[in-house]
Amino acid sequence: MLMTRTKSSQGHRPIPGTPVFDGDAARKGLALNAMCYSFNKPENRAAFVADEEAYMDRFALTDQQREAVRQREVPAMIEAGGNVYYLAKLAGILGLGVQDLGALQTGTTVEAFKAALLAQGVTERSVAS
Amino acid sequence: MSEIVGGIFTSHVPGIGAAIAKGLQDDPYWKPFFDGFMPVHQFLEREKPDVAVVFYNDHGLNFFLDKMPTFAIGAADEYRHEDEGWGIGGFKPFVGHSALSWHIIEQVVADEFDPVTCQSMLVDHGVCVPFELCWPNSDAWPVKLVPICINTVQHPLPSPKRCLNLGRSVGKALESWQRGEKIVVLGTGGLSHQLDGERAGFINVDYDKFCLRNILPDPEALTQHDTLDIVELAGSQGVEILNWLAARGALTGAVRELAHNYHVPISNTAAATLLAENRVLARV
Repeated sequence: MLMTRTKSSQGHRPIPGTPVFDGDAARKGLALNAMCYSFNKPENRAAFVADEEAYMDRFALTDQQREAVRQREVPAMIEAGGNVYYLAKLAGILGLGVQDLGALQTGTTVEAFKAALLAQGVTERSVAS
Repeated sequence: MSEIVGGIFTSHVPGIGAAIAKGLQDDPYWKPFFDGFMPVHQFLEREKPDVAVVFYNDHGLNFFLDKMPTFAIGAADEYRHEDEGWGIGGFKPFVGHSALSWHIIEQVVADEFDPVTCQSMLVDHGVCVPFELCWPNSDAWPVKLVPICINTVQHPLPSPKRCLNLGRSVGKALESWQRGEKIVVLGTGGLSHQLDGERAGFINVDYDKFCLRNILPDPEALTQHDTLDIVELAGSQGVEILNWLAARGALTGAVRELAHNYHVPISNTAAATLLAENRVLARV
């Protein structure tokens, strides 16, 4: 279960179910996010796939970050300071899109996650005369 | 004299770029979103702007968290997209307008903003997807680009009021630009969506409609919330409304809505498109 960050050192109020990527998270997550940023380059994605542990060594991930990556635990990656825009690049290697990430974080299936969005479906259009 | 012809505000979900690449515009899932661009295409065909000034946020292509500017202004004569890590690509390169960029930089610094200036800058889906939506099937983009990047990623984010005022300063620069060019302003991202946390998938139709209803006639209404309020109201990535607010600020004339389209869902997002004309007020 994802523990939403409670009061940060900056004194932010907590928002239920919503990690706020602030200075605390940015400091904590730097190595993990740096690794994920490197995945913009295809050769780096290939190197990660070839040897995940060696690749994590290269970026000096913390033990918490390594374990989260090994277990493919998205909430744990966020708890370890991962930013979702950077984690999306890792998710891409694993064949996961943002809706898969949504399902993994909300404890549901991707079908149910998509269905919940569709259930809120609305279209509104206006064109001035 | 230059002319600010109007503003185009739109979501920039990467999946839209993938849908365009696959030709899914008429697919039942996508059609209600793409159809919202017909008035935009008519407007652009009629006005034929020369330059697009685009307020957007980078998602980890050009900027990493080691150096994260609050505001960054592109000052290059060319920009390009690169692989963002999950394969969308094939976006055409952009011609920049460094003379106008520096004119904007002079103005905003005179107005006491402190942007990072970028003579080399990659632009991600926050720019590329809106361009594909606005000018589909073009061999080369028919406008020059001035990209203005706002940090909506790492808190503390600039306040809504600060973003609106940045836009107003940019608008002042555009008004005083002496070349006879027509300029369109884009604000990209939003509306409500959240990718991370237990609340992933959060959408807030009421807040989105509040934004759509007020951003043109009364943008100050959106500044009553601070950035964390907006995270709560619009979801953690819904704070991209800051890009819309800045773009709204750059429309300094008489602003009128020409069209809007709001469609839930596109991927995890409440997708919206808003088109505004900007009629230049008599200069005294």
